[in-house]
Amino acid sequence: MYLTKEQERMLSGEYGEVLERNFRLLVRLGEIYGADRMIPVGSVQVAGVSYKSIGDPGLEFLEDLADKGARVRVPTTLNPPGMDLEDWRELGFPRDFAEKQLRIIDAFRRMGVAMTATCTPYLVGNLPRFGEHLAWSESSAVSFANSVIGARTNREGGPSALAAALCGVTPNYGLHLDENRRPSVVIKVDAELRRESDFGALGYHVGKTIEKGVPYFYGIKDADVDQLKALGAAMAASGAIALYHVEGLTPEATLVTTGGLGTIEVGERELREAHEGLNTGREPDIAILGCPHASLAEIAELAGKLEGRRLRKPLWICTARATKRAAAEMGLVDKIERAGGKVVADTCAVVAPIERMGFKCTAVNSGKAANYLPGFCKQAVVFKSVDEILEMVT
Amino acid sequence: MKGRAISPGRASGEALVSREPLSFYGGVDPKTGMVTERGHELEGKCVKDKILVFPRGKGSTVGSYVIYGLKKNGVAPAAIVNKETETIVATGVILAGIPCVDGIDIDKIKTGDRLTVDGDNAVVELG
Repeated sequence: MYLTKEQERMLSGEYGEVLERNFRLLVRLGEIYGADRMIPVGSVQVAGVSYKSIGDPGLEFLEDLADKGARVRVPTTLNPPGMDLEDWRELGFPRDFAEKQLRIIDAFRRMGVAMTATCTPYLVGNLPRFGEHLAWSESSAVSFANSVIGARTNREGGPSALAAALCGVTPNYGLHLDENRRPSVVIKVDAELRRESDFGALGYHVGKTIEKGVPYFYGIKDADVDQLKALGAAMAASGAIALYHVEGLTPEATLVTTGGLGTIEVGERELREAHEGLNTGREPDIAILGCPHASLAEIAELAGKLEGRRLRKPLWICTARATKRAAAEMGLVDKIERAGGKVVADTCAVVAPIERMGFKCTAVNSGKAANYLPGFCKQAVVFKSVDEILEMVT
Repeated sequence: MKGRAISPGRASGEALVSREPLSFYGGVDPKTGMVTERGHELEGKCVKDKILVFPRGKGSTVGSYVIYGLKKNGVAPAAIVNKETETIVATGVILAGIPCVDGIDIDKIKTGDRLTVDGDNAVVELG
């Protein structure tokens, strides 16, 4: 791989052990995947933040880096930790867990990472432009950045994203290159996508069916940002899908062709089967919305639906702290709390230790959450639309 | 045997060989270096100071941090030799500073063989 003089010096240890090891990691990954050179990145989204996911080995690794003075060189935003960083006591998060989680957060803070604590960095200030090269982890954010914005990032792991943040570059391979952004399969949708959960069900079905590659969707007539976020998140959870195109909706759809590709048809029956396959529970102990993190529009919609109703079961809507602040100023948080619900900041159903908090069955409207909750959180899942979930818990 | 250099450094020791892929997260205890994966052919063995030989890594990407933890806790293998190092193991050995070479025909190596791994020159020597 071609390296600049400056990069050679980094690799030889002239800038210290931290940069040497982290840059070596990027060089080796680049060699494994056949990169020709390094490219600068505009921003980094770093995952591997929840103590539940990375445990003591991850905690020690991050504290070591921070102790050695590691600092990020490019704007770097943070994935969700395993709890609400302010209201964790009130929400019932275990104290031993919280102490470790706060140490992880402190290590990231010392490295100069922005404390966004969200899987939707593009909603709270880390918004890339079309064609910009990034090193993002968090599969749903990767899918959104590549597909909805047309920025370019591979599906990074936590350490490789952090290495890119410390070195300011990433190896040039995979989705940074035009030829790998072309579609590999056509998905013909012949079904009404009415509810937000329909986009999750569609994403879950397609990810599970094709497993990898770049799907090109025909037949999705319209979708807002929140629906595309749900579609991509579910697809990235049930398959390793980091990029998709939708005719008429996503920016690269007109730049690629689909001639000669195999076609998979998805109709009402497939969507119904996906819904059924994700429903493993009946009576939820809690409903958790906001996977990926809810936008202000989604919080406003929920607040409206809760007006004049009283919840019988706990309901969380997870979002970024910045979004929660805006929602609070609009009076939306009060409205949700008056009905008995909570706006939970920072964390989410997937990375929080909900299995340790007495919950056995969780209702969600997210294809991604429905896919992960049985394995990561030992939950039975009720997967339905927001309206259906509210019928069950009010 | 000549392979591909994954992580630099030189080490000698006794080979501990697995014919199956190895998951570090949930499969190896970072405090003791014991392999804990149920039913794995190395279950109950300790990787400390061994030349750990296996085809490739598998499982969660948190495995990279476990490899780092093994080194920090003084129970890491002296070196790692793979048929093909994937990103989980590559990330772990580079960040931990454990010599590692891949592209090696590991069928020629048996547990107990004496091995020298030269991660600078991508060479693994038997005997």
